[in-house]
Amino acid sequence: MKSRSDMKSNRQIEHYVAPIDETPLLATDTLKVDAAPLSLWADAWRKLRRRPLFIISALMILLLLVVAFFPGLFTQTPPNDNCQLGDSLAGPSAGHPLGFTFQGCDIYSRVIHGTQASLTVGVVSVIFVLIIGVTLGALAGFFGGWVDTVIARIGDIFFALPLVLGALVVTQLPFFRENKSVFTVVMVIVMLGWPQMARITRGAVIEVRNADFVTAARSLGVSKIGTLVRHVVPNALAPIIVLATMELGVFIVTEATLSFLGIGLPGSIMSWGNDISAAKDTLRTNPEVLMFPATALSITVLSFIMLGDALRDALDPKSRKR
Amino acid sequence: MTQYILRRLLQVIPVFLGTTLLVYFMVFALPGDPIRALFGDRPPSEAVIAALRQQYNLDQPFWVQYGLFLKNLFTFNLGVDFTGQPIAATLGRVFPVTAMLAVEALAIQAVFGVAFGLIAGLRKGKIFDSTVLVASLVVIAVPTFVLGFVLQLVVGVQLGWAKPTVGSNADWGTLILPAAVLGLVSFAYVLRLTRASVIENMNADYVRTATAKGLSRPRVVLAHILRNSMIPVVTYLGANLGGLMGGAIVTEGIFNVPGVGQKLYQAVIRSEGPTVVAIVSVLVLVFVAANLLVDLLYAWLDPRIRYEK
Amino acid sequence: MRFSRTSKALGLLAVAALALTGCGSAGSGSSGQTAAGDPNKIITAYSNEPQHPLLPSNTNEVYGGRVVDLLFEGLTSYDANGKSVNALAQSIDTSDGQNYTIKVKSGAKFTNGEAVTAKSFVDAWNFAALSTNAQASSSFFESIEGYDAVSATKKVTGADGKSTSTPAPTAQTMSGLVLKDDSTITVKLAQPEADWPQRLGYSAFMPLPSDALKDPKAFGENPIGNGPYKMAAKGAWQHDSQIALVKNADYQGTRTPKNGGVTFKFYTDPAPAYTDIQANNLDVTDVLPTNALKTYTTDFPDHNLNKAYAGNATLNIPNYLPEFQGDAGKLRRQAISMAINRDEITKVVFNGTRIAAKDFTSPSVDGYNANVAGSDVLKFDAAKAKDLWAKADAMSPWPAGKVLQLAYNTDGGNKEWIDAVANNLKNNLGIQAEGQPFAKFAEILNLRKAKTLPGFTRAGWQADYPSLFNFLGPVLQTGASANYEGYSNPDFDKLLKEGLASKSTDDANKKFTQAQEILFKDLPNLPLWYQARQAVWSQNVTNVDSGWNGVLLYYNITAK
Repeated sequence: MKSRSDMKSNRQIEHYVAPIDETPLLATDTLKVDAAPLSLWADAWRKLRRRPLFIISALMILLLLVVAFFPGLFTQTPPNDNCQLGDSLAGPSAGHPLGFTFQGCDIYSRVIHGTQASLTVGVVSVIFVLIIGVTLGALAGFFGGWVDTVIARIGDIFFALPLVLGALVVTQLPFFRENKSVFTVVMVIVMLGWPQMARITRGAVIEVRNADFVTAARSLGVSKIGTLVRHVVPNALAPIIVLATMELGVFIVTEATLSFLGIGLPGSIMSWGNDISAAKDTLRTNPEVLMFPATALSITVLSFIMLGDALRDALDPKSRKR
Repeated sequence: MTQYILRRLLQVIPVFLGTTLLVYFMVFALPGDPIRALFGDRPPSEAVIAALRQQYNLDQPFWVQYGLFLKNLFTFNLGVDFTGQPIAATLGRVFPVTAMLAVEALAIQAVFGVAFGLIAGLRKGKIFDSTVLVASLVVIAVPTFVLGFVLQLVVGVQLGWAKPTVGSNADWGTLILPAAVLGLVSFAYVLRLTRASVIENMNADYVRTATAKGLSRPRVVLAHILRNSMIPVVTYLGANLGGLMGGAIVTEGIFNVPGVGQKLYQAVIRSEGPTVVAIVSVLVLVFVAANLLVDLLYAWLDPRIRYEK
Repeated sequence: MRFSRTSKALGLLAVAALALTGCGSAGSGSSGQTAAGDPNKIITAYSNEPQHPLLPSNTNEVYGGRVVDLLFEGLTSYDANGKSVNALAQSIDTSDGQNYTIKVKSGAKFTNGEAVTAKSFVDAWNFAALSTNAQASSSFFESIEGYDAVSATKKVTGADGKSTSTPAPTAQTMSGLVLKDDSTITVKLAQPEADWPQRLGYSAFMPLPSDALKDPKAFGENPIGNGPYKMAAKGAWQHDSQIALVKNADYQGTRTPKNGGVTFKFYTDPAPAYTDIQANNLDVTDVLPTNALKTYTTDFPDHNLNKAYAGNATLNIPNYLPEFQGDAGKLRRQAISMAINRDEITKVVFNGTRIAAKDFTSPSVDGYNANVAGSDVLKFDAAKAKDLWAKADAMSPWPAGKVLQLAYNTDGGNKEWIDAVANNLKNNLGIQAEGQPFAKFAEILNLRKAKTLPGFTRAGWQADYPSLFNFLGPVLQTGASANYEGYSNPDFDKLLKEGLASKSTDDANKKFTQAQEILFKDLPNLPLWYQARQAVWSQNVTNVDSGWNGVLLYYNITAK
């Protein structure tokens, strides 16, 4: 057997390294200068797709949406008609798996039919609160100075408005008085809810705006707004997501408070909030009546909290280092 | 720094004017005649109604009413409410009670929220984290009236550990139950905000540096992770202090707390403009002060943040 | 009237019949015993912050009313059955129902030592009636000749072209009210009113010491009266907290205190008061939280009360609603009345704390008749209701898709029964009906007054004084002050007038009953149920009962 050294010595070595065109390195190192970089969001999406937390929460939300928009698929019992006082607070029976409310309406059907209004109030309010609150909060935090002063002080004014007063006045506006709907409630909630979101965003943006990568982006010539949108806000998302997911549930309950005071949804619109506040009167004797709409609310909030968690993880630039 | 604080305090003036104007206008725009409402189903004579309208300046146009309010304010005269009580005395009664309640609730939510949030964040995905998630769901989904009712019945009546109602003797001890109820609701926010920030900061460079330097784990956690995670929490707590000072209608009702929430609600329902505006004016001062405090805390928590300009 | 539109006061009511048949546990545990408790012990009771200074003529709501009733004694008072009996009046005589001579007993004193004389009454009444004093109960003097002059108004047109009325009395005192001497008052009414003396026990007619008129505002904070109790001290009214009353040792009337005093503790919500009684932190509450209506008899066996009083609840139909006018309208009114299952609602929603109405008044007043001709229309009959509705539709069809709205104020615990009534109408008539909630009571009043309320409204009446007329005149007479829905029927008005001019109460009551027969044909509103008072009390007290008007007889409560 020949030694290695023999072999070596017998070969004529022209290159210590494989010629560049024979290796895949060229392709690897090629920088497609004109191609769009994989964005934060696309990157997040790739990560999200593989996360069980995301898949489960997305499926749950999908189910909620189906229930909200096609309640007929789940129950044939009308939620609000043919309620008989004789059935008041009766337990489960054939065709009525969860029993009856105080007014003798079918609880299961009311929970199913209440999904649409409650989910709409929660989701639409959160979306608008996010749009207004994050925009204003980010501007205030990033630019500081008089922008901050004006936005923060306007926020203070709205913060100080009592919910009942705001709701009473809004529902009296001629337009809303005649068409009380889910969106009247959304309007009230957004009007009084955005300052909280703006403040949390502002705080998070103030924290991030002094970071090195922001300075880097600015010195590379990225515009102020560009820096804010592409670098600052994405890094400030964690508290925003937490607040948004929590507020979803709180807004759904706020609707109940408003309805209870007579400035929320009309009685003909089913909602979990309406049923939760109605269950107040049977709390001492029949607490189970409260349980079902409250459970539906919990499941919804849980789904969105999980989704928010998954989203936050996927978006967190620091976690990409690993 | 002093200049910054002074400038912020000066901003109180436009905010104050804006708020009082807005609130006064909103009360003015409320439907329903507040004077007739004083009489229920049996109306008084028109002459009495007219006399009362005069007495409360309700026969004047909006700008005159607002002007009179401002004028009186600068002479430190808040006027009387529809029950004939001086509004200043009412404020002096309700705000101390609510302030005590707010501070107690804030302490409960801050201490438990931050502690639990920190542990949940450090042990993300573990059993403690999941348990805490479920617990925070419960406080969000269970309405305050249920939480309050159950606590009152179990702790107050059955176990007798605390007084079930507050009434005229509001002090730190009697307020513990309502404070716990109020604190629990916001506890969920504080907890999840802390947890999210902690998770984010756990992998930060300075944490690895600190660990590599050989700092003890508690020191890394408290001085580096926690401190740097506090900005959203402090923001939320600051905002929440304002919210708590605005009073909580439901909780105050359940525990018979003679605080701001009930007064404000009654005043709105009765369209008592001067009372509503007086209470909201105090609230605005509280908000502005709380915000200033929060902004100063930012600079302390994160030395990179500077306000001097 | 004393109105109580908050849940605190309204959450609770029931039935004389229950108490009579023994279904109710009205005072069963205590009324029989004469517990020899400590007569000097202070009783604590549920209440709320009075809405006006404690001047009797300015107190028109329940929480101030209960205090004023204990602090003052008038010419007459009402016994537990609602019978008007002389208190400070020696005699009240009339020959024509229009001119009265009142003799005042001598010897009674205010707690500041001042004697209660005829002048104490005349001055107090003139003060109360004069519009510039803006007393809430001034309209109680409207029957007296000369009231028009002290309550005259004049229109002023402002710079903006809007006219506002301002009080412009043309006299300071009522010409019909004359002080003859220290013990005699003569009163001339504008027209004969046989039941006028029955009103004199109402707080608006209480006497005032001369100090009160010098500084009414200060007096309202620290009132000085002549009743069974007095303020415990200067400043005994701690705002938003409590009012402390102690026994008036000099009191000589019939309402002798059997305890050392009553401290009214203020609650903005009835629930914590209920809890406090469970924990023995409070002695008695007369308002139960809605969610305790099913449990109070088991939570407080032998310590609870459920007793009817002179109040009712109705569903009012504005007369401007086109669908409810004419013959078709009458049929619809009947159909709706018969589609409401009053018995079931009082049983299920109110758990027996109200009783289904059988007329437009209350069983707690003299002359009540449960079988007025035509009252069958209050009986539940789904088939007949549907039939009547179809007949009305044949005459003029119900607008397609129209939703019948039932207005209610959300601060009064009304939602539950409104929803139940709406369900009755939906199920039994096949129409759409729903509650129309209002956060503010004033809002409904405004719309009712402006005649723009789109549907029915809930209403209630609590008697100021125990009389059939008080349930009919102020609410349904043409142009009456509380006749918001604008009902007008000359035949009805005529019968009321004849009733008032009757020589005897029995004759008057006959006329009022005939007047009700007209109401049952017209159905200007739908009587729903009568109110009843519920109360529970702690282990520390006994002898709790309520009077004709639902107010607890605080002076009778004894400590154990």
